[in-house]
Amino acid sequence: MLPALALLGVFLVWPVIRTTHYSLYKGSIIRPTREFVGLANYQRLLTDDPAFLKTAWPAWSALFNSAVWVVLFTGGVIAMGLLVAVLADKVRYERLPKAIVFLPLVISFTAASVVFRLVYATNPNIGMLNAGRQALGLEPYAWLGEPNTASLAIIVAGIWVWTSLAMTILTAAYKALPEEVHEAASLDGANAWQAFWRVSLPQMKGPLIVVAVTMIINALKAIDLVLVMSSGGPGFSSRIVGFTVYWEIFTNNKAGYGSAAAVLLLILMVPMMWRQMRQIRKADAG
Amino acid sequence: MTDVAAPGRVNPAIPVTLSGRLTHVITRGGVRVVLVVVALLWLIPSLGLLVTSFRTRAASSQHGWWELWEGGFTLDNYDQVLNSSGLPPPGFSDNFVNTVIISVPGTIFPITVAAFAAYAFAWLDFRCRDWIFLGVVALLVVPLQVTWVPVLKIFNSLDMTGSFTGIWLAHTAYGLPFAIFLLRNFMADIPRDLIESARVDGASDLRIFTKMILPLSMPAIAALGIFQFVWVWNDLMNAIVFLQTPEKFPLTVGIRNLLGQYGNEFNLLAAGAFVSMVVPIIVFFTLQRFFVRGITAGAVKG
Repeated sequence: MLPALALLGVFLVWPVIRTTHYSLYKGSIIRPTREFVGLANYQRLLTDDPAFLKTAWPAWSALFNSAVWVVLFTGGVIAMGLLVAVLADKVRYERLPKAIVFLPLVISFTAASVVFRLVYATNPNIGMLNAGRQALGLEPYAWLGEPNTASLAIIVAGIWVWTSLAMTILTAAYKALPEEVHEAASLDGANAWQAFWRVSLPQMKGPLIVVAVTMIINALKAIDLVLVMSSGGPGFSSRIVGFTVYWEIFTNNKAGYGSAAAVLLLILMVPMMWRQMRQIRKADAG
Repeated sequence: MTDVAAPGRVNPAIPVTLSGRLTHVITRGGVRVVLVVVALLWLIPSLGLLVTSFRTRAASSQHGWWELWEGGFTLDNYDQVLNSSGLPPPGFSDNFVNTVIISVPGTIFPITVAAFAAYAFAWLDFRCRDWIFLGVVALLVVPLQVTWVPVLKIFNSLDMTGSFTGIWLAHTAYGLPFAIFLLRNFMADIPRDLIESARVDGASDLRIFTKMILPLSMPAIAALGIFQFVWVWNDLMNAIVFLQTPEKFPLTVGIRNLLGQYGNEFNLLAAGAFVSMVVPIIVFFTLQRFFVRGITAGAVKG
């Protein structure tokens, strides 16, 4: 018990306090508290740093991209996870598609990044997407090299990795539905479709929210895929908030500025934290 | 679906009218087509990487991996990344050893510490117990980015930056919130009578924990162990931030460095990536059941 609390205190609680403190200073990793600047770091992040928040269109910048991640990544993972969970339930070889979709979750983000750099490679003799474009008579396109698609291309890789988690949780939820619901869903065509939307889905609300919260947290915490696939580029167009923290602290050696971005990231997490805690209290009471 | 032919029973899934049957066939077909497409979308990217890892440099840069017949196959890429011939040291064999050195204690430490804490949260009475547990759950959400600079400063002052001890401790601490959460929920479901009767018989808490709670919690501990192991094995960021010494870098950092220098030599990159994927994939195929159980257990109450 005590070792656990000591470790949590030293590695999580204390650093949160310290980082908040550092965010009010201008400094380096070695000397984070070199010069007190008050809230200037926050002010600059939110009003005067187009790499963090760009107001002109196209707005590809860290905070904007994080919002896009939360929406598209979370939505994509839930949609694909639900699709596989429900459809695979209807066939006899259920385990095969599930095993295939599951696999990306056990490989590292680094390896997944290599997988997708190969998929997106601009040379049509290397990358399949551009081979496909060539077959259609189109010019090769640098998916990761163009500001308008870099972030989206990384989100696709993120969905590829995380769908398995949604699939696993939603499979368990779907199989736990009462028998009548499954009978309604075994109707054909339009009826099955309606039964799914009106009966099955509402009954899976709890697990769906769990998946959504988990994925929003993952989207906000994300960094590995961005770092390995694009280093936030081209320019700063595929940065996300979690990446900016790393970049400012370690590449630019601006510990205070990076800490301010870290605190903003933590603030974005508060609603998720709140929900998790309420959920626990409810589960324990019931 | 096996009892379709049984007389006197009508399978509700197969309609009797002609139009009904037609829709049935089409829906079934549709389900299969969608599943096949999804499975291919998930399989083909990795398959491409696997094929590329066995191709010569010339073949992989001049012909798409799907043109299997072009250029032939070779094991040279694996030889080159593992023995680091012509690559910056350390080679992937050293990276591999480092990953093992990081992952094994990085799995055993947090689970041991978490098991004791989970028992305390589930079965001991102390002040503010539930509030402290709630605090632990709140820490689940803290992004690791927030902790880097302060932890690095602590490590620097203790001369632990670049040491395996440092990264073991970091993985232990970062793994704790989820581990405590999962194990505490599992242990809390152990019937109260069992523990009460052991206490009546005069068993100490330590004895109850080792002789009763631990054996009963084995399914949860196994699931968690696999989870934590794969997580630590695949970690990139903590290694970059806390290790900083090339001789101690794990496979993930090795791949990233390879990408920096040989960004377009996918034959080498693919071989490197597969070296890093072998162990998690074996773990996955042999222990899939536990893995899935771990995820659902973590989610049901989460």
